[in-house]
Amino acid sequence: MLVKNKEMNREKATEPIVSYRNVTKSFGDVNVLKGINLDIYPGEKIAVIGPSGSGKTTIIRMLMTLEEPSSGDIFVNDKNLWKMDKKGTWVRANEKHLADVRGDIGMVFQHFNLFPHMTILENCMSAPIHVKKENKDEVRERSIKMLERVGLGDKLEFYPSQLSGGQKQRVAMARALVMRPKIMLFDEVTSALDPELVGEVLEVIRDIAKNDDMAMVLVTHEMDFALDVADKVLFLDQGVIAEAGTANEVINDSENERVQSFLKRFRTS
Amino acid sequence: MSENFRWETFAESFPIILKGLGITVGLTFACFVFALLFGFVWIFLRRIPNRFIVWLVTWVMEFIRSTPPLVQLFFIYYALPVLPVVGVTIDPFTCAVLGIGIHYSTYIGEIYRSGIESVDKGQWEASVALNFSTLDKWKKIVLPQAIPPTIPMLGNYFIIMFKEVPLASTIGVGGILFMAKSYGALNFAYLEPLTIVGIIFLVLSYPSSILIKKLEVKLNTRFDKNELLKKTNKKAIRGLELKGRDRLV
Repeated sequence: MLVKNKEMNREKATEPIVSYRNVTKSFGDVNVLKGINLDIYPGEKIAVIGPSGSGKTTIIRMLMTLEEPSSGDIFVNDKNLWKMDKKGTWVRANEKHLADVRGDIGMVFQHFNLFPHMTILENCMSAPIHVKKENKDEVRERSIKMLERVGLGDKLEFYPSQLSGGQKQRVAMARALVMRPKIMLFDEVTSALDPELVGEVLEVIRDIAKNDDMAMVLVTHEMDFALDVADKVLFLDQGVIAEAGTANEVINDSENERVQSFLKRFRTS
Repeated sequence: MSENFRWETFAESFPIILKGLGITVGLTFACFVFALLFGFVWIFLRRIPNRFIVWLVTWVMEFIRSTPPLVQLFFIYYALPVLPVVGVTIDPFTCAVLGIGIHYSTYIGEIYRSGIESVDKGQWEASVALNFSTLDKWKKIVLPQAIPPTIPMLGNYFIIMFKEVPLASTIGVGGILFMAKSYGALNFAYLEPLTIVGIIFLVLSYPSSILIKKLEVKLNTRFDKNELLKKTNKKAIRGLELKGRDRLV
């Protein structure tokens, strides 16, 4: 109930930073998304759940500009990421706007995507130094703090290949956090991990969710975790948002049949 | 030895031929560096998002690869100066660098391409997500990963080019083959000087190829867990009487 109030206050208080309007996406003949409408407010924690192949990942990949929508609009700070020109072809917003948008958004990938030729400290430092042109010493200090926060303060000079999957994923999160994004996207960050390593990664996300005020979008299969962390849960099914609400509403009280059967399969397996 | 092979001739011609070694080695380096740089030009041209340009460049590369370097060399040296408008006379050394360099740059471009394609897609996505500019993406992320694995292949091309460089003697660049030929023509003795040329090439290319093999092993295990552990342990135990291997997991 408390969570719900918090959410409602927020909706009244501020404008969304990101709005999806009738966004569709097809890969060839396959319509992955069939009209997504979604607002992301500052500080909001959203979990996206649903069967695999339902387009969960595509939603956040489009926001990260890794994928282009087939139609519809995605507004970030009231500006369109892609526009349809008069001839009906899609044009990207100019590089400057895309760079601004990317500057506000951080992403953590399923397969970590750490830079193998850099130590984990360099992994964290490279973007703030080269992209944001920040002071090197300040960035170093901040990166070390961030790596300590994710529990890797003693491994600064290690290369990614020397770390376990869970450690790599924690570095990836530190790397994204050092950029101080307004929105963090988590793309099934625990799916590629051995089961015993999932806990340490979720612990870090929980820490971020509790202590940082950035918005978060988590694509996840960890239901209990979603229930715990998210203000809002979206259930995505066959390319549409089939159910949306607070975690409790969707996971425990939903009357939607698809949600029920999906969750049932999850609970029993 | 038969009476046709005389050690006196061998001894006499050896220092003369050796005088050409500087040019042979220098020309090899010049051609190689030119090919390394020009290889990037091919890669750059082929990534221009215009189908016609890509088609044209691919075709030109194919043309260059399918014609003998000697023909290209002759063309640049003998035919280019008489062409209208673009015709210029170039000195033999520069000609050789252009001819051999451009020919091999098409192969080296292919090597670069294979290196770039071997970089994981996730690396590109991560650099988009971290907002790297196009230039930084290439400079900091893609090329540092794409180039090192290709170094052994590039090294092999260096040796191949070293062995192709005597082609330049045909347009009068004074390398070791040119020296040997001149000596032979002057003294009517070809056996000894050409033997010397063969020996020089063997002495230089064989150790180089061994070096490259070693380099290959080193580069392939660059980010290998155990290799890195060895390195870290070596650092950690310096001063102690322990061997790095003892600490290996």
